[in-house]
Amino acid sequence: MSDPAYNFAYLDEQTKRMIRRAILKGIAIPGYQVPFASREMPMPYGWGTGGVQVSAACLVPEDTMKVIDQGADDTTNAVSIRKFFENTAGVATTEKTREATVIQTRHRIPEEPLTEDQILVYQVPIPEPLRFLEPRETETRKMHALEEYGLMHVKLYEDIAQHGNIATAYAYPVQVEGRYVMDPSPIPKFDNPKLEMAAIQLFGAGREQRIYAIPPYSKVVSLDFEDYPFEASKADHPCDLCGAEHTYLDEVIIDDAGGRMFVCSDTDYCGERQADGHRGRLSPKLEAAQ
Amino acid sequence: MPQDTLTGGFTEAPQQSARAFRSLMNALARPGTIEEITGGTGPAPLSAAAATTLLTLCDGEMPIHLAGGHDTDAIRQWIAFHIGAPICARNQAMFAVGTWQALTPITDFPIGTPEYPDRSTTLIVEMDTLSNTGATLTGPGILTTAQLSLPETAAFQQNRLLFPMGVDCYFTAGTRIAALPRSTKVEAH
Amino acid sequence: MYVAVKGGERAIDNAHDWLAEERRGPTDVPELSVDQIKSQMTLAVNRVMAEGSLYDPDLAALAIKQARGDLIEAIFLIRAYRTTLPRLGHSRPVETDKMACDRRISATFKDAPGGQVLGPTFDYTHRLLDFKLAADGETPEAATADPLQGDMPRITEFLNRDGLIQTEEPSDETPRDMTREPMEYPAGRPLRLQALTRGDEGFVLGMAYSTQRGYGRNHPFVGELRIGKVAVEMDIPELGFAVDIGEITVTECETVNQFHGSKTEPPQFTRGYGLVFGQTERKAISMALVDRALRWEELGEDNLGAPAQDEEFVLSHADNIQATGFLEHIKLPHYVDFQSELELVRKIRSEAQASTLKEAAE
Repeated sequence: MSDPAYNFAYLDEQTKRMIRRAILKGIAIPGYQVPFASREMPMPYGWGTGGVQVSAACLVPEDTMKVIDQGADDTTNAVSIRKFFENTAGVATTEKTREATVIQTRHRIPEEPLTEDQILVYQVPIPEPLRFLEPRETETRKMHALEEYGLMHVKLYEDIAQHGNIATAYAYPVQVEGRYVMDPSPIPKFDNPKLEMAAIQLFGAGREQRIYAIPPYSKVVSLDFEDYPFEASKADHPCDLCGAEHTYLDEVIIDDAGGRMFVCSDTDYCGERQADGHRGRLSPKLEAAQ
Repeated sequence: MPQDTLTGGFTEAPQQSARAFRSLMNALARPGTIEEITGGTGPAPLSAAAATTLLTLCDGEMPIHLAGGHDTDAIRQWIAFHIGAPICARNQAMFAVGTWQALTPITDFPIGTPEYPDRSTTLIVEMDTLSNTGATLTGPGILTTAQLSLPETAAFQQNRLLFPMGVDCYFTAGTRIAALPRSTKVEAH
Repeated sequence: MYVAVKGGERAIDNAHDWLAEERRGPTDVPELSVDQIKSQMTLAVNRVMAEGSLYDPDLAALAIKQARGDLIEAIFLIRAYRTTLPRLGHSRPVETDKMACDRRISATFKDAPGGQVLGPTFDYTHRLLDFKLAADGETPEAATADPLQGDMPRITEFLNRDGLIQTEEPSDETPRDMTREPMEYPAGRPLRLQALTRGDEGFVLGMAYSTQRGYGRNHPFVGELRIGKVAVEMDIPELGFAVDIGEITVTECETVNQFHGSKTEPPQFTRGYGLVFGQTERKAISMALVDRALRWEELGEDNLGAPAQDEEFVLSHADNIQATGFLEHIKLPHYVDFQSELELVRKIRSEAQASTLKEAAE
């Protein structure tokens, strides 16, 4: 049940209207960062206040919400945010990607393809993809206005000259619908191809006071070069628990000798596969059989 | 004060506005999709869909332009009582409500600036009916193509050329609503 | 063994219980009351009110108690609470020349009408630990005098009368509100002052200090520093006049800075301004110095590239709640991103190794 001391989904109605207007502008201008008067939330800036405000503005009482951090439902930040919405909005929560209508995420896109009936809300620390090339907001705003993205290409090309590779492994910049260069939040670049999806994607950066969006089926291209095409890379292993070869993996150190195992970072996806009988190198069942 | 000034607002604002917003978001994110939107009613000729949209998105900080037959004392008083938004001229409007005929030419409305394309007007176009026929839509939010009974095509094609600036449009009829963001390409069927 | 990250929810609950226990400390020591904090830790309360942007000594004291004395954490509690309060209206500007001053000093004149009022200050104390306090020593009663009647004239007004200091033109324009609108640059002076008054004391102090050491030097004198109570008045449209809704203590500082002149204007002094909730004079003086440094453009000075002259730099880093949140968020799991970097480094290394081997073979 929701706590009656607070309004439905915590925020007051005027704040929600302001956030909702920003979300709609973001959808109308895919990839453009809409300024909004982010409010102080009862969790620290940098811990998902932007995502929380966007989710709070979107939730209806009938929603079922899922919250993940690093792909997992049981990480501390995910638990804390899920509890917040259980208490303030009284919505049902789930760990099942398929059952969720609103999914708030930090750093991952679920492996299971999302549907038209779902909304994916990202927590964003630094929304400006040009920020580390040009720290000034006044300058980066001009660069977006003039579609002047040369600096970004120069940076990526310098990487290639120095390392033989583009040295960006996460928060890999994309161009949305051929116009705005956008930071997809710190998801591993493995997830970039999934940014073209059926669900509505909303991005909230609370501390930096920006909201942006990707409407369903929008064209989202990871920046690259003809001779150095973008590559969605992952650890070159199958999952040690479910055997999946196509999922993003966490590397876990398992003993003092430095032994490792690789497991799906999407805990719900991995669990479902195991329930379906898929097995990996270190599956408990296999261990028992040995 | 006429009776319909005091009625027609949300009775359960947090829940009703949340559901209405989802309809508004789904409509805008999937141009051409027709959604149901209910919760508010205003004085005629304001449709329930337009009234609910204003209740959901507007407040004292959002100047509204009432075009043509929608600029009535009854509607002004209803907005003053339930929303508190100032009524303004076309070139100041963040929202504008009226029939297509009353709203055109849409080139007088703010379209934002290159730095801040979001500082633009959202038009709420009151229609007799809405159907998935007529103009063909392509662009963000649309898998292949969509169809929507737009009042015309040329003005929307002109608006698309301004992208990322431009106005965004909602079309309302009774309790139904559809949208055409500035990003959508429109072709006559 | 698989290092499971399951059980997060229970671990969090347990951590919270432990935190509550640590906050209370040993139960054989009497618990601090909110009243004790409010009346004996007043400068901490003042800082929490100033940076929390909420004038309420009781809530600030409660926040300090809950935060175990961590003032930034207490400020955060106040800010988060503040967000949930409805805005009923705004007050008229406070009239600080009508202030009932507890303290009022000027460094630019030996004496002035109204006099130098030292008030309760550490300034002339010797910073020696007072072991009597550890033994619960009695405090001697301070001497009292009758309060001065009438307004307390502003020192800078004496200079202004002679045209020796730049006139600040009053404006009826409604300033933008940084708590209701996203920050936009250039922000302009009203927004700058808002950001500085709620900015982190340490950050604003550091910025001010940097101007004194030569990074955008502007030779400030404390024209006047005053601390005391001012009335807060609010226009009530239904009544057609303003009513007194309460009283707050504020610290105001006006600096008199290096003269400045141009081809069209004779040299005159310029000002920096600081106004902060409570007795918070270090903060108010710092604010005035940084305000003055940020006015370089309006006063036709050169941009020396000093950090304190850079509006976007100062304003976007002054807020300790934003700063601490973002800084501390790196404690959260980042293993997905780290993994992607690990893969990339491995790939680049193996490619480099392969090409070295190839070269060696050739």
